[in-house]
Amino acid sequence: MTTTVKSAYWKGVREGAPFFFIVSPFALLFGVVATEAGLNILEALAFSVAVIAGAAQFTALQLLQDDAPAIIALVSALAVNLRMAMYSATLTPHLGAAPMWKRVFVAYFLVDQSFALSVGAYEKHRDWSMSQKLAYFFGVVTPICPFWYVFTVVGAMIGEAMPASLGLDFAMPITFIAMVAPMLRSLPHLAACFVAVTASLLLVSLPLNLGLLAAGLLGMMAGAAVEQWVARVKPGHVPQAKEAEA
Amino acid sequence: MSDHVTLWLVIAGLALGSFGLRFVFLGLVGNRAMPAWLLRHLRYTAVAILPALVAPLVAWPAATGGEPDPARLGATFVTLGVGIATRNVFAGLVTGAATLFILMAWLG
Repeated sequence: MTTTVKSAYWKGVREGAPFFFIVSPFALLFGVVATEAGLNILEALAFSVAVIAGAAQFTALQLLQDDAPAIIALVSALAVNLRMAMYSATLTPHLGAAPMWKRVFVAYFLVDQSFALSVGAYEKHRDWSMSQKLAYFFGVVTPICPFWYVFTVVGAMIGEAMPASLGLDFAMPITFIAMVAPMLRSLPHLAACFVAVTASLLLVSLPLNLGLLAAGLLGMMAGAAVEQWVARVKPGHVPQAKEAEA
Repeated sequence: MSDHVTLWLVIAGLALGSFGLRFVFLGLVGNRAMPAWLLRHLRYTAVAILPALVAPLVAWPAATGGEPDPARLGATFVTLGVGIATRNVFAGLVTGAATLFILMAWLG
Protein backbone atom coordinates (compact mmCIF):
# COMPACT_ATOMS: atom_id res chain seq x y z
CA MET A 1 0.00 0.00 0.00
CA THR A 2 1.23 3.50 -0.75
CA THR A 3 1.25 6.11 2.00
CA THR A 4 -1.93 7.85 0.84
CA VAL A 5 -3.80 4.56 0.54
CA LYS A 6 -2.60 3.50 3.99
CA SER A 7 -3.70 6.78 5.53
CA ALA A 8 -7.14 6.45 3.89
CA TYR A 9 -7.44 2.96 5.40
CA TRP A 10 -6.54 4.16 8.90
CA LYS A 11 -8.85 7.14 8.56
CA GLY A 12 -11.62 4.62 7.86
CA VAL A 13 -10.63 2.55 10.90
CA ARG A 14 -10.65 5.63 13.15
CA GLU A 15 -14.03 6.85 11.91
CA GLY A 16 -15.61 3.39 12.00
CA ALA A 17 -14.32 2.61 15.51
CA PRO A 18 -17.11 4.36 17.51
CA PHE A 19 -19.66 2.11 15.81
CA PHE A 20 -18.01 -0.87 17.49
CA PHE A 21 -19.87 0.19 20.63
CA ILE A 22 -23.22 0.29 18.81
CA VAL A 23 -22.88 -2.83 16.70
CA SER A 24 -21.40 -5.18 19.31
CA PRO A 25 -24.32 -4.98 21.79
CA PHE A 26 -26.74 -5.62 18.92
CA ALA A 27 -24.79 -8.71 17.87
CA LEU A 28 -24.68 -9.82 21.51
CA LEU A 29 -28.44 -9.38 21.80
CA PHE A 30 -28.98 -11.31 18.58
CA GLY A 31 -26.90 -14.20 19.90
CA VAL A 32 -28.86 -14.28 23.16
CA VAL A 33 -32.27 -14.05 21.47
CA ALA A 34 -31.29 -16.63 18.83
CA THR A 35 -30.44 -19.24 21.46
CA GLU A 36 -33.65 -18.38 23.34
CA ALA A 37 -35.46 -19.14 20.06
CA GLY A 38 -33.82 -22.57 19.92
CA LEU A 39 -30.84 -21.98 17.62
CA ASN A 40 -27.45 -23.46 18.52
CA ILE A 41 -24.23 -21.40 18.46
CA LEU A 42 -23.28 -22.51 14.94
CA GLU A 43 -26.72 -21.59 13.58
CA ALA A 44 -26.63 -18.17 15.25
CA LEU A 45 -23.16 -17.52 13.81
CA ALA A 46 -24.22 -18.71 10.34
CA PHE A 47 -27.09 -16.23 10.49
CA SER A 48 -24.73 -13.33 11.28
CA VAL A 49 -22.13 -14.32 8.66
CA ALA A 50 -24.81 -14.79 6.00
CA VAL A 51 -26.74 -11.59 6.61
CA ILE A 52 -24.67 -8.99 8.61
CA ALA A 53 -27.79 -6.86 9.13
CA GLY A 54 -29.42 -6.77 12.57
CA ALA A 55 -32.93 -5.78 11.59
CA ALA A 56 -33.25 -8.49 8.91
CA GLN A 57 -31.81 -11.13 11.23
CA PHE A 58 -34.22 -10.22 14.04
CA THR A 59 -37.14 -10.20 11.57
CA ALA A 60 -36.39 -13.66 10.21
CA LEU A 61 -35.86 -15.01 13.71
CA GLN A 62 -39.12 -13.56 15.03
CA LEU A 63 -41.15 -15.02 12.16
CA LEU A 64 -39.50 -18.44 12.42
CA GLN A 65 -40.26 -18.41 16.12
CA ASP A 66 -43.92 -17.67 15.29
CA ASP A 67 -43.85 -20.74 12.98
CA ALA A 68 -44.38 -18.65 9.87
CA PRO A 69 -43.62 -20.47 6.59
CA ALA A 70 -39.97 -20.21 5.53
CA ILE A 71 -40.81 -18.20 2.42
CA ILE A 72 -42.64 -15.56 4.49
CA ALA A 73 -39.70 -15.26 6.91
CA LEU A 74 -37.35 -14.94 3.94
CA VAL A 75 -39.37 -12.37 1.99
CA SER A 76 -40.06 -10.24 5.09
CA ALA A 77 -36.40 -10.18 6.13
CA LEU A 78 -35.31 -9.31 2.60
CA ALA A 79 -37.90 -6.54 2.52
CA VAL A 80 -36.26 -5.09 5.64
CA ASN A 81 -32.95 -5.28 3.74
CA LEU A 82 -34.26 -3.53 0.62
CA ARG A 83 -32.44 -0.39 1.75
CA MET A 84 -29.17 -2.21 0.95
CA ALA A 85 -30.13 -1.97 -2.73
CA MET A 86 -30.43 1.79 -2.25
CA TYR A 87 -26.98 1.89 -0.66
CA SER A 88 -25.61 -0.17 -3.53
CA ALA A 89 -27.10 2.26 -6.04
CA THR A 90 -25.70 5.27 -4.17
CA LEU A 91 -22.15 3.86 -4.01
CA THR A 92 -22.10 2.76 -7.65
CA PRO A 93 -20.95 6.13 -9.09
CA HIS A 94 -18.00 6.06 -6.64
CA LEU A 95 -16.94 2.41 -6.72
CA GLY A 96 -18.60 1.03 -9.85
CA ALA A 97 -15.31 1.16 -11.79
CA ALA A 98 -13.38 -1.01 -9.29
CA PRO A 99 -12.37 -4.55 -10.34
CA MET A 100 -15.24 -7.04 -10.10
CA TRP A 101 -13.74 -9.12 -7.26
CA LYS A 102 -13.31 -5.99 -5.14
CA ARG A 103 -16.91 -4.95 -5.84
CA VAL A 104 -17.99 -8.40 -4.63
CA PHE A 105 -16.26 -7.74 -1.28
CA VAL A 106 -17.65 -4.18 -1.06
CA ALA A 107 -21.15 -5.58 -1.66
CA TYR A 108 -20.79 -8.24 1.04
CA PHE A 109 -19.58 -5.69 3.63
CA LEU A 110 -22.13 -3.03 2.65
CA VAL A 111 -23.89 -2.25 5.95
CA ASP A 112 -25.55 0.90 7.32
CA GLN A 113 -22.33 2.20 8.88
CA SER A 114 -19.93 1.47 6.01
CA PHE A 115 -22.41 3.05 3.61
CA ALA A 116 -23.08 6.20 5.61
CA LEU A 117 -19.42 6.94 6.44
CA SER A 118 -18.11 6.15 2.95
CA VAL A 119 -20.64 8.29 1.11
CA GLY A 120 -19.87 11.15 3.48
CA ALA A 121 -16.11 10.77 2.97
CA TYR A 122 -16.34 10.42 -0.83
CA GLU A 123 -18.37 13.63 -1.11
CA LYS A 124 -15.83 15.44 1.05
CA HIS A 125 -12.65 14.06 -0.57
CA ARG A 126 -13.47 14.30 -4.24
CA ASP A 127 -9.78 13.98 -5.20
CA TRP A 128 -9.46 10.44 -3.77
CA SER A 129 -8.29 7.73 -6.16
CA MET A 130 -10.16 4.43 -6.47
CA SER A 131 -7.55 2.75 -4.22
CA GLN A 132 -8.03 5.38 -1.53
CA LYS A 133 -11.82 5.06 -1.69
CA LEU A 134 -11.64 1.27 -1.38
CA ALA A 135 -9.05 1.51 1.43
CA TYR A 136 -11.31 3.89 3.38
CA PHE A 137 -14.33 1.59 2.90
CA PHE A 138 -12.49 -1.49 4.19
CA GLY A 139 -10.99 0.62 6.98
CA VAL A 140 -14.51 1.44 8.22
CA VAL A 141 -15.50 -2.22 7.96
CA THR A 142 -12.49 -3.45 10.01
CA PRO A 143 -13.67 -2.40 13.52
CA ILE A 144 -17.32 -3.32 12.75
CA CYS A 145 -18.01 -6.49 10.77
CA PRO A 146 -15.62 -9.00 12.41
CA PHE A 147 -17.07 -8.04 15.79
CA TRP A 148 -20.58 -8.66 14.46
CA TYR A 149 -19.61 -12.33 14.20
CA VAL A 150 -17.61 -12.45 17.44
CA PHE A 151 -20.34 -10.92 19.62
CA THR A 152 -23.03 -13.11 18.04
CA VAL A 153 -21.08 -16.11 19.33
CA VAL A 154 -20.54 -14.50 22.75
CA GLY A 155 -24.28 -13.74 22.96
CA ALA A 156 -25.18 -17.28 21.93
CA MET A 157 -22.90 -18.66 24.66
CA ILE A 158 -24.46 -16.33 27.26
CA GLY A 159 -27.95 -17.20 26.01
CA GLU A 160 -27.38 -20.94 26.40
CA ALA A 161 -26.42 -20.31 30.05
CA MET A 162 -29.36 -17.99 30.77
CA PRO A 163 -32.68 -19.09 32.28
CA ALA A 164 -35.73 -18.61 30.04
CA SER A 165 -38.60 -16.22 30.98
CA LEU A 166 -36.61 -13.09 31.78
CA GLY A 167 -38.97 -10.98 29.69
CA LEU A 168 -36.67 -11.76 26.74
CA ASP A 169 -39.69 -12.33 24.51
CA PHE A 170 -39.84 -8.54 24.38
CA ALA A 171 -36.15 -7.89 23.64
CA MET A 172 -36.79 -8.02 19.90
CA PRO A 173 -39.79 -5.67 19.83
CA ILE A 174 -37.92 -3.13 22.00
CA THR A 175 -34.89 -3.38 19.72
CA PHE A 176 -37.01 -2.68 16.65
CA ILE A 177 -38.83 0.23 18.26
CA ALA A 178 -35.52 1.74 19.39
CA MET A 179 -34.15 1.39 15.85
CA VAL A 180 -37.19 2.94 14.19
CA ALA A 181 -37.85 5.84 16.58
CA PRO A 182 -34.87 7.98 15.46
CA MET A 183 -35.93 7.47 11.81
CA LEU A 184 -39.33 9.11 12.45
CA ARG A 185 -37.98 12.54 11.64
CA SER A 186 -40.28 13.78 8.87
CA LEU A 187 -43.97 13.76 8.00
CA PRO A 188 -43.61 11.06 5.30
CA HIS A 189 -41.74 8.80 7.72
CA LEU A 190 -44.44 9.26 10.36
CA ALA A 191 -47.15 8.57 7.78
CA ALA A 192 -45.41 5.39 6.58
CA CYS A 193 -45.09 4.16 10.17
CA PHE A 194 -48.66 5.03 11.16
CA VAL A 195 -50.25 3.42 8.09
CA ALA A 196 -48.07 0.31 8.43
CA VAL A 197 -48.94 -0.14 12.12
CA THR A 198 -52.67 0.38 11.56
CA ALA A 199 -52.76 -1.97 8.57
CA SER A 200 -50.72 -4.58 10.41
CA LEU A 201 -53.15 -4.61 13.36
CA LEU A 202 -56.19 -4.76 11.06
CA LEU A 203 -54.73 -7.46 8.80
CA VAL A 204 -53.24 -9.65 11.53
CA SER A 205 -55.67 -12.50 10.79
CA LEU A 206 -54.55 -12.88 7.15
CA PRO A 207 -52.99 -16.34 6.58
CA LEU A 208 -49.21 -16.93 6.20
CA ASN A 209 -48.37 -13.59 7.86
CA LEU A 210 -49.26 -11.92 4.57
CA GLY A 211 -50.67 -9.05 6.63
CA LEU A 212 -47.09 -8.03 7.42
CA LEU A 213 -46.10 -7.71 3.77
CA ALA A 214 -49.34 -5.93 2.85
CA ALA A 215 -48.94 -3.53 5.77
CA GLY A 216 -45.30 -2.86 4.81
CA LEU A 217 -46.25 -2.11 1.20
CA LEU A 218 -49.13 0.15 2.27
CA GLY A 219 -46.78 1.99 4.62
CA MET A 220 -44.20 2.51 1.86
CA MET A 221 -46.89 3.80 -0.49
CA ALA A 222 -48.15 6.17 2.21
CA GLY A 223 -44.62 7.48 2.80
CA ALA A 224 -44.01 8.00 -0.91
CA ALA A 225 -47.37 9.70 -1.39
CA VAL A 226 -46.92 12.06 1.55
CA GLU A 227 -43.38 12.86 0.36
CA GLN A 228 -44.78 13.97 -3.01
CA TRP A 229 -47.50 15.97 -1.27
CA VAL A 230 -44.90 17.70 0.96
CA ALA A 231 -42.77 18.45 -2.11
CA ARG A 232 -45.74 20.19 -3.73
CA VAL A 233 -46.60 22.20 -0.60
CA LYS A 234 -42.98 22.95 0.39
CA PRO A 235 -40.88 22.94 -2.83
CA GLY A 236 -37.16 22.33 -2.33
CA HIS A 237 -37.63 20.10 0.72
CA VAL A 238 -36.25 16.64 -0.09
CA PRO A 239 -35.77 14.00 2.63
CA GLN A 240 -32.24 12.55 2.83
CA ALA A 241 -31.72 8.87 2.13
CA LYS A 242 -30.17 8.19 5.51
CA GLU A 243 -31.21 5.20 7.61
CA ALA A 244 -30.53 4.22 11.18
CA GLU A 245 -27.80 1.80 12.14
CA ALA A 246 -27.77 -1.97 12.21
CA MET B 1 -37.97 -23.66 16.81
CA SER B 2 -38.28 -27.34 15.96
CA ASP B 3 -37.44 -27.50 12.27
CA HIS B 4 -33.72 -26.92 11.72
CA VAL B 5 -33.92 -27.77 8.01
CA THR B 6 -36.30 -24.82 7.51
CA LEU B 7 -33.91 -22.66 9.51
CA TRP B 8 -30.94 -23.51 7.29
CA LEU B 9 -33.06 -22.94 4.17
CA VAL B 10 -33.92 -19.46 5.45
CA ILE B 11 -30.28 -18.73 6.32
CA ALA B 12 -29.14 -19.82 2.86
CA GLY B 13 -31.90 -17.82 1.17
CA LEU B 14 -31.06 -14.76 3.24
CA ALA B 15 -27.37 -15.10 2.39
CA LEU B 16 -28.12 -15.15 -1.35
CA GLY B 17 -30.86 -12.52 -1.17
CA SER B 18 -28.95 -10.07 1.06
CA PHE B 19 -25.86 -10.33 -1.10
CA GLY B 20 -28.00 -9.92 -4.23
CA LEU B 21 -29.56 -6.72 -2.89
CA ARG B 22 -26.13 -5.32 -1.99
CA PHE B 23 -24.54 -6.37 -5.28
CA VAL B 24 -27.30 -5.55 -7.76
CA PHE B 25 -26.36 -1.96 -8.52
CA LEU B 26 -22.64 -2.02 -7.70
CA GLY B 27 -22.09 -5.12 -9.77
CA LEU B 28 -24.71 -5.19 -12.47
CA VAL B 29 -26.46 -1.88 -13.06
CA GLY B 30 -23.37 0.32 -13.25
CA ASN B 31 -23.99 4.04 -13.50
CA ARG B 32 -27.55 4.00 -14.85
CA ALA B 33 -30.01 5.94 -12.66
CA MET B 34 -32.88 4.27 -10.84
CA PRO B 35 -36.44 5.52 -11.43
CA ALA B 36 -37.45 8.21 -8.92
CA TRP B 37 -40.70 6.46 -7.93
CA LEU B 38 -38.76 3.34 -6.91
CA LEU B 39 -36.28 5.31 -4.77
CA ARG B 40 -39.18 7.18 -3.20
CA HIS B 41 -40.78 3.91 -2.06
CA LEU B 42 -37.49 2.31 -0.97
CA ARG B 43 -36.86 5.24 1.40
CA TYR B 44 -39.76 4.08 3.59
CA THR B 45 -39.17 0.32 3.71
CA ALA B 46 -37.55 0.34 7.16
CA VAL B 47 -40.07 2.69 8.82
CA ALA B 48 -42.96 0.64 7.37
CA ILE B 49 -41.89 -3.01 7.68
CA LEU B 50 -40.35 -2.86 11.17
CA PRO B 51 -43.33 -1.15 12.90
CA ALA B 52 -45.72 -3.48 11.03
CA LEU B 53 -43.79 -6.43 12.43
CA VAL B 54 -43.76 -5.06 15.98
CA ALA B 55 -47.33 -3.79 16.29
CA PRO B 56 -49.07 -7.16 16.85
CA LEU B 57 -46.28 -8.27 19.24
CA VAL B 58 -46.96 -5.16 21.33
CA ALA B 59 -50.74 -5.36 21.18
CA TRP B 60 -51.07 -9.10 21.78
CA PRO B 61 -47.85 -10.49 23.32
CA ALA B 62 -47.52 -14.29 23.11
CA ALA B 63 -45.92 -14.39 26.58
CA THR B 64 -49.19 -13.21 28.20
CA GLY B 65 -51.35 -15.51 26.10
CA GLY B 66 -52.27 -12.67 23.74
CA GLU B 67 -53.64 -10.39 26.47
CA PRO B 68 -52.50 -6.73 26.27
CA ASP B 69 -49.92 -6.24 29.03
CA PRO B 70 -49.26 -2.94 30.86
CA ALA B 71 -45.53 -3.66 31.33
CA ARG B 72 -44.93 -4.31 27.64
CA LEU B 73 -47.12 -1.37 26.56
CA GLY B 74 -45.27 0.92 28.99
CA ALA B 75 -41.89 -0.26 27.70
CA THR B 76 -43.06 0.37 24.12
CA PHE B 77 -44.07 3.96 24.76
CA VAL B 78 -40.92 4.77 26.76
CA THR B 79 -38.66 3.29 24.04
CA LEU B 80 -40.52 5.17 21.33
CA GLY B 81 -40.63 8.49 23.22
CA VAL B 82 -36.98 8.43 24.30
CA GLY B 83 -35.90 7.27 20.83
CA ILE B 84 -37.73 10.13 19.12
CA ALA B 85 -36.57 12.71 21.68
CA THR B 86 -32.88 11.71 21.77
CA ARG B 87 -32.50 10.33 18.20
CA ASN B 88 -30.35 7.70 19.85
CA VAL B 89 -30.98 3.97 19.38
CA PHE B 90 -29.31 2.95 22.61
CA ALA B 91 -30.95 5.55 24.82
CA GLY B 92 -34.33 4.17 23.71
CA LEU B 93 -33.23 0.56 24.09
CA VAL B 94 -31.83 0.97 27.62
CA THR B 95 -34.70 3.05 29.06
CA GLY B 96 -37.27 0.76 27.40
CA ALA B 97 -35.68 -2.38 28.83
CA ALA B 98 -35.43 -0.75 32.27
CA THR B 99 -39.11 0.22 32.10
CA LEU B 100 -40.06 -3.35 31.20
CA PHE B 101 -38.13 -4.86 34.12
CA ILE B 102 -39.41 -2.29 36.63
CA LEU B 103 -43.04 -2.66 35.54
CA MET B 104 -42.81 -6.46 35.45
CA ALA B 105 -41.37 -6.53 38.99
CA TRP B 106 -43.86 -3.94 40.25
CA LEU B 107 -46.99 -5.45 38.67
CA GLY B 108 -45.85 -8.99 39.44
